[in-house]
This record gives sequence, C-alpha cells and structure tokens, in this order.
Amino acid sequence: MVTHENGGGHGHHQPPSGFIRKWIFSIDHKVIGVQYLLLALFSVFVGMALSLLMRLHLAWPTAHFSIFKGGQMTPEQYLALMTMHGTIMVFMVLTTAPQSGFGNYFLPIQIGAADMAFPVLNMLSFWTTFVSLVVMISAFFVAGGAPIGGWTSYPTLSALGEIVGPGQGAGETLWIVGLAIFCGASLMGALNFITTLIDLRTKGMTLGRLPLTCWTWFVTAILGLLAFGVLLAACILLLLDRLAGTSFFIPGGLVVTDQVITWHKGGSPLLWQHLFWFFGHPEVYIAILPGMGVASHLLSTFSRKPVFGYRAMVGAVCGIGFLGFCVWGHHMFVSGMSPYSAFAFSILTMTIGVPSAIKTFNWLGTIWGGKIQFNCAMLFALGFVSLFVSGGLSGLFLAQPALDLYLHDAYFVVAHFHLIMGVAAIFGMFAGLYFWFPKMFGRFLHEGIGKVHFWLTFIGVYAIFMPMHFLGLAGNPRRYSEMTAGPFLQALQPVHVFISIAAFITIGAQLIFLFNFIWSVFAGKDAKEENPWHATTLEWSIPSPPPHDNFGGLEPVVYHGPYEFSVPGAADDYIPQHLAPNLVRKA
Amino acid sequence: MPGTIVDDVELIDAGHGGGTPPPAGGDDDGDSSGSRRPVPRRAYFTALQLGLAAIVMFFMALASSYIVRKGLGVDWQSTRLPRVLWFNTAILLASSVTIVVARKKLHGGEREAFQSWWWVTTGLGLLFLAGQIIAWRQLAAAGMLLATNPSSSFFYLLTAAHGAHLAGGILALFYVMFRTWSRSRITQATAAELTSIYWHFMDGLWIFLFALLTLGR
Repeated sequence: MVTHENGGGHGHHQPPSGFIRKWIFSIDHKVIGVQYLLLALFSVFVGMALSLLMRLHLAWPTAHFSIFKGGQMTPEQYLALMTMHGTIMVFMVLTTAPQSGFGNYFLPIQIGAADMAFPVLNMLSFWTTFVSLVVMISAFFVAGGAPIGGWTSYPTLSALGEIVGPGQGAGETLWIVGLAIFCGASLMGALNFITTLIDLRTKGMTLGRLPLTCWTWFVTAILGLLAFGVLLAACILLLLDRLAGTSFFIPGGLVVTDQVITWHKGGSPLLWQHLFWFFGHPEVYIAILPGMGVASHLLSTFSRKPVFGYRAMVGAVCGIGFLGFCVWGHHMFVSGMSPYSAFAFSILTMTIGVPSAIKTFNWLGTIWGGKIQFNCAMLFALGFVSLFVSGGLSGLFLAQPALDLYLHDAYFVVAHFHLIMGVAAIFGMFAGLYFWFPKMFGRFLHEGIGKVHFWLTFIGVYAIFMPMHFLGLAGNPRRYSEMTAGPFLQALQPVHVFISIAAFITIGAQLIFLFNFIWSVFAGKDAKEENPWHATTLEWSIPSPPPHDNFGGLEPVVYHGPYEFSVPGAADDYIPQHLAPNLVRKA
Repeated sequence: MPGTIVDDVELIDAGHGGGTPPPAGGDDDGDSSGSRRPVPRRAYFTALQLGLAAIVMFFMALASSYIVRKGLGVDWQSTRLPRVLWFNTAILLASSVTIVVARKKLHGGEREAFQSWWWVTTGLGLLFLAGQIIAWRQLAAAGMLLATNPSSSFFYLLTAAHGAHLAGGILALFYVMFRTWSRSRITQATAAELTSIYWHFMDGLWIFLFALLTLGR
C-alpha cells in the first residue's frame, strides 16, 4: 500500500477484512469482476459440455449413451440441450464476461477512479446474476427437465405449459424466471457503468482520451439499459400466459396432441417475436462490442502504433449501437411481414455493415507498418478480426429477405452467429485475458501453452463452422436432432461427422487453456513490473495486482490520449497517459 | 528491458500513478470508506435519470403490446374503468404538489413543516395504492378478472406494474424520513430531491397510462 503525507485530510481507506467481506460479498469492483469472470468460466464449460453431447448425437444418432434413459437421446432431450446451450452461452458467458467481467475490473481503473459509482449496487448485480444462473440450471433437475423451446422461447410452444412437451412445465417457468432475474441484474450493472463513465472520470480524462475499451463498455451499457427492460416486460407477459390464464401470445383454435385449447384466444405469437428481438438484436451487439474495444486496444499496443482513426472508431461504435435498435425485424423475415417492412429492415441491417467495415479497415490500418509483437494477446486480437469478418460477411447474405427465405432456420444461420458470437466474441475475451492476466494476478499466462491453445482453437473453429455454411446452402435445417429424414439429409451426414470431430478437438483445446489459467494463477511467471507490455493506459501505472483503492488514495491526472505510441520526437515508443509532459523523454 | 530505469525515475518524479490528492469537500462525511474520492453528488442524479430511462423502456414495451393487441382483431371488449381511478389520479397529483411544498420547507430550514408535508405525501401515496386496489376489487366484482379478456388483462398488468414502481417510491419516502443522514454520503435534501424527481415521474407515468387505458378502453 502506498502511503503519502499529503493525504488531503482524509483518513486511510480501510480495506475489508475477513474472508466473507473480502472475497464473497465484496464491494471491490476488481473482486466483482473476477467473480463475474469465474461465473462465465463455469458457464462456458457447462455450455461446451452441452454442445459436446449435441454434436455426439448429431454425428452418431443411433449410438448408445448410458446417461440417457434407454441409452438413446430423444429429440426432446436434444432440444433441451440446445435450449440450455444457447441460453447459458448467450447470457451467462457473452453478456457477463466481456462487459461485467473485464469491464467491472478495468473500467474504473482506466478512467482513474477508485471504484464504480455504486459499489454496493455492483455487488448486488453480481449476486443477482448468480441467483439467475442457479434458477436456470435448476431447470435441468425438475420434473420434465429443461425447456425445449430454444433460447428464443417462442410461444405458443413456450406459453402452453406441460401439454406441449417435456420440460415445458416447471422447466420453462424456471427458465423464464431465471431470465427475468438476469434482466434485473443487467439493468443494475448498466446503470453503474454509465454513471461511472459519465461522472467519475479523473482530471484530464476527457471523452476524447477514453481508451476504446471504455467507449465500448459505455455504449454496451447503454444498449443493456434500454434493451433489458423490454425483455423483462416480455418475460412477465409470457409468465402471465403460462400461470394466470391470459392470452397475450396465444391465439385461439389451437390443437395440441388431439386436445383443443379452449381457454386461450386472441393473442399473437408475433408479439413475442417483436418484443424478444427488439431486445435480442441489441443483445448480440452487447456481446460483440467489448471484444471490438479490446481488439482495437491490443492491435494498437502490440503494433506500437496509435489506433487508426480514433474518432471514426468511436463514431462507429456509437453507430453500431444506435443502428442495433433499428434492425430487429431481420430475425422475422419469414414471419409473414409485409415485404415493405422487410425491405426497410434489410436496408438498415446492411447499413450496420458500414460502421463495421470502418472498424475493420481501421484495425488493418492500425497494424499496417507497425512493429508487431506476436504474443498470445495479439494473436487472439488478430484472430478476432479474422473471425469478425468471416462471421459478419454471412450476415450480409442473411440480410437479404429473398435469401433469408431459404436460409432461415438452416445451418447457414448457425454458422453466422457462432462465428461472430461464439468465436469472435470469445477471442476478444481470450485476448483480454492474456493481456490483463499479469495485471490481475501478478503473473503471466504461459505463452507457449497459450500459442498451442490459440492455433488449435483458431483452426478448430474454422473447421467446425465453415462447413456449416455449405450445410445451410444445401438445405440442412437447424434444431433437428438428427439428419436421418430422407436421402438429401442423409447425404450430408459425413459433414456432420467432420464437424463433430473438429468440435471435440477444439473443446479439448480449451482444457489446455483451463490448465494454463489455473496453473498460471499460482505458478505462472512473475509479472513484477507494473507495465510489462509498455502500454499507455492507466491500469499499467499501478501495481500488479492493484491495491484495494487502485490509485492509493491519489487522483491520477491524465495528460495524453490513450494510444500515444511511436510519437515523433519522443525517445520511448510509448507515452503513458498519466505522464506529465515535462517528463516525456525527448529523442 | 529497454527504458526500464528511466521509467522508474519518471515514475518517482511523476508520483505513483501521477496526480494530486483528492479535493476535499463534497458530500462525503469522511467515514471509514471516506479516503477514496467521494462520488460526486451529480452521479446520483445521473443514476436516477438512467433508471428512469430503463423504466420508460419497460413501460413502452407494455404500452406497445397493448396498442398492438388492441389493433389485432375484432375481439376487443372495452373495460369500463372504475370512477375511483379519477379520484386516485387527483390524489397522486396532489401528492406531487405536497412533495414540492415539503422540499421548500426543508430548504427553508423548517424541519417540522418539512416532516409534516413529507408525511402527507407518503399518506397520499398510500391512499393512491389503496384506491387502485379498490378499483381492482370493483372490476373483479363486475366479473372482470385478469384473464377475462385482453382489455382487462392489460388493465391489471399496467396498473400493477405502475403500482409496484410507486410502492418503491413510497419506500424511498420512508427512507428519507428514517435514515440517519449524518452517516450518509449524501444529505437529506439531496435524497429528498432525488425522491421527488422519481415521484413526479411516477405521477407523469400514471397520467400516461391512465390516458392510454381511457382512450383504449
């Protein structure tokens, strides 16, 4: 702990004592950030295990698996695995780790604050997220098991209860309740992030000097603030339909397994789709934006060059955020909407390609001519760019209503969103982890093991998801538990076997990462130096790991922008943000 | 590593992490968490506005669902709104006036008058909620329950959602009255101001919902 004589009349801040206050119910943003990361780490392995079972069944539909009753996975069980895989990955991994995990840890430090604006609310938001995870996972263990309606939970399947299938009774109710709780947690977190960014920036940290990581956490929080309320409303309406006999989403005249549903009428399943996707599209930008911020940050740092077009990058992030609210209809092209509406949504969707392309070209411009250091963090950042392009391009195809008519609910869509969310966003997280690990734990992740992890994963994910484009074009529907219905599907089976084998290898590679992570926390190479990467932002000006109040009670002053690398006239190839101008060594 | 030694020299010169001691003053009362820079007072107002934005989105989702459902088919049966709702509206409007009066008294240093007017506001808020429950009972007596028809479903849903948020506001009113403000990071006046902004918002939201239900019936 740094002591100082000119304490300004304030007493020393007492760090919390006792295991519970320090590590369980901590209000320290750094501990909360790590808690979120651990929650996401647990969830990603649960999600991968579910996908492992799915891919096993898809490749060998008739194989005997003793964990299932009678040794065979039923289609409903497959759908339950698929539903929980999607839900856990999207919410408990992609919405938590990039934003609430790394954002919580590093946002206050990068802006020069001692903590978030509302530390107690921060703690509450984590534990509420934890409760929502417990509630969701408990759906596996109730009678009927987990729900089968997909992470999108469309009514009327999700609204009618047990009568439509296993898991649609208590399982579905728990799923909805868990999701509603998650909405509350996210709203609390978003409020904290935005307030902190607006009001707690230190002296000299103007918006124009914010690192791009902070900009993405900012816009992501705004998206979350405005979108999760809509999802919460939708969840409440769905719960009322299920439990209170209302008919918001349930039309009349339904017949379910020979039973006529007479106690519901007049509702609209489309209403759910509108509400869900109005949330759902901003949600996917919530998943990807922080990864973009990390990529920008790392590409600059490890090319020893400023970010190309900083202001355009900020504008692009804001543009993507805003446009993200305008395109939800592209998930509903086959719902029977007016072609004029479809046209409008299509144009708006393609428009998002513009800021996305600006970012991509600026990433390339950042590394062009740079002195590139190919460490693991940089490799994952470069991988992010590659996967973002691959995943993003297929989005442009899907944005054409005429094409989407064919491709909707086919494997082409599965390829698209996995590449962009399931891989690019994950690469953003890996990049952030390799970069910030020394700051968080005072040790490095092992570079050699990390490189093995990178290459196996990078090649692996392309092997898994590239063939899915061709499957989709060949007409392979999604959400089918096996491809045995008819010769055209059976002909695609070898591709599924290939994908499954690639998936097993790639999942195995993540165990290498897990080993690296756990081993390095305790026995990794020491990162005694505060700034091993010679980076410029404020987190690299404090000890590793940082003290409880980050800056030792001082208020840092910022003099420079966030990416002052290779500045002409300076002796060093970087100028830290906090370095007073008279102390910058001249060449 | 190149430049390391010079880095150390620069860091010693610049101060660890750079910077100056935090400014004294602000709303912080210097308790055990006080050596970290106090959260500026305006942060509470930022947070409140953000919270209100989220609440607006929630109610807009419900309101647009209402409008969509109404326009869907020919099966919309109007719900006759109980007359007590007009009385409740007047009560809520009155409470917005009394909360302004209360804050004026606090600002003028008249603590007794502040407390009286604050209690009146709280009472009016509770009276509003009681009136809403009376409206529910009247509707139920007329055979209009939550699941009876879409119009009644939305009536109960919108009034319950608003009532729940208003109840949160009433909790805030109690909190302003009972919290030991000497040990807080903000003053009672600030808390009263924050609560009154939320209260006025709840008032305005009710006007909007009432208009929606009346016009939509």
